[in-house]
Amino acid sequence: MQGISVLFTGNNFVRLLSGLWVTVRISLISIGFSLILGTLLGAVMTSRNRVVKAICRVYLEIVRIMPQLVWLFIVFFGITRLTGLNLSGELSAVIVFTIWGTAEMGDLVRGAFQAIPRHQFESSLSLGLTKPQMYFYIIFPQAVRNLLPNVINLATRMIKTTALVSIIGVTEVLKVGKQIIDANRFEFPDAAIWVYAAIFFMYFLICFPLSMISRAIVKKQQRSE
Amino acid sequence: MSEEIKKDDITADNSPQKAGEHIIDINGLVKRYNDNTVLNGIDISVTKGEVVVLVGPSGCGKSTLLRCINGLEPIQGGTITLHGEPVINGDKSLFKIRQKIGMVFQSYDLFPHLTVLKNIMLSPMKVQKRDKVEVEKRAKELLERVGLSDKANSYPAELSGGQKQRVAICRSLIMDPEIMLLDEITAALDPEMVHEVLNVVLDLAKNGTTMMIVTHEMAFAEAVADRIVFLDGGAIIEQSTPDEFFKHPKTERAERFLKTFTYSK
Repeated sequence: MQGISVLFTGNNFVRLLSGLWVTVRISLISIGFSLILGTLLGAVMTSRNRVVKAICRVYLEIVRIMPQLVWLFIVFFGITRLTGLNLSGELSAVIVFTIWGTAEMGDLVRGAFQAIPRHQFESSLSLGLTKPQMYFYIIFPQAVRNLLPNVINLATRMIKTTALVSIIGVTEVLKVGKQIIDANRFEFPDAAIWVYAAIFFMYFLICFPLSMISRAIVKKQQRSE
Repeated sequence: MSEEIKKDDITADNSPQKAGEHIIDINGLVKRYNDNTVLNGIDISVTKGEVVVLVGPSGCGKSTLLRCINGLEPIQGGTITLHGEPVINGDKSLFKIRQKIGMVFQSYDLFPHLTVLKNIMLSPMKVQKRDKVEVEKRAKELLERVGLSDKANSYPAELSGGQKQRVAICRSLIMDPEIMLLDEITAALDPEMVHEVLNVVLDLAKNGTTMMIVTHEMAFAEAVADRIVFLDGGAIIEQSTPDEFFKHPKTERAERFLKTFTYSK
């Protein structure tokens, strides 16, 4: 039971929190870029042009097939090797998570638009709405409603996957946790369980509210579906 | 060969609106999908207050005709005019013209994210820029007319198919269209709901709403129509009053078509 005291020894807890801040920072920036770029990509993906479609498809598949871990290595080590540019671990992480998030987001946006039945477009037009009005009042609201739960799901996946970035030397919450555990290994052998429990709750506190929002949205939708 | 004569016969002798102003004029309409000619030289006019019912076998082009009138399909020949204004697919003028044409489709096409009241109010407020208070009052009157006053704040998903179609009719009517196009609006409904929707349409007809209706409900066609137009193979084969058409079809094709609705052992 003494292990728990490790959490509050010295500035350990503050260190964990600052590690968590790194996790949150990487996640938020990547998710932000992914939302913007992914929406644009999604719009491009609904194009009827075969070449455009094929390029988008290849991009999406490559990103999906390769583990994020491999991407982190490619960007962090590969880019330095190729260009001599020395990217920081955190920047590399943001790049990788943005590449991944954009691909997934693009596919979600594409799906959300394509799920809207053709008669929604036609009945909007036959009511005399202009195309911008049709998109603004009829199509976008429906697409966003289809999209929100999936986007939140993607966001939580991205947040959790940031745990990988310790491997390219970024000291995020999990890495800080390991450092604390290693430093106390002999004095407090059961420190690990307390530190990991603390990290568990930290992730939980970030992701659970997101899941709740998602669930609330789905519930609200069920009324009108 | 005698298409022209027949048409003149009808408008001269049988139509109660013989001197009425023309709402829709279609001349030599041709519609093709690639090599497939769906409409091949359609001539038809609809006068104010007239109810024209289009009947014919599946794939004869009657729904396509309605879609062309609303500018939803590009056409390959001929002209369509609403009160003398040409209907051109993809043209800017279409947004103005469509406000004067109400259309209800076979699929339930209410906007699922808006309540019944908002579905009805959207277009008059955003397109016609009418006053909200007036529009809301009118919307509620229309809902009452179709017997759905209590559903104003429901979402489409909470309505039955028949109720949805009645709301869709209100949503078109509130624009004060010059003509209503009804495209098989009961085809996707359970039989017991067909009645409630068609009664609304009958009520509109009684009140002088100009309509073009595509339907497979022959009893309804007979009751509601001023004129029956029988299409087959993309052409108008026969036009006459419902009485004549159902009792004494002039062409063999119409006779054959009508037989498909009767059964004998």
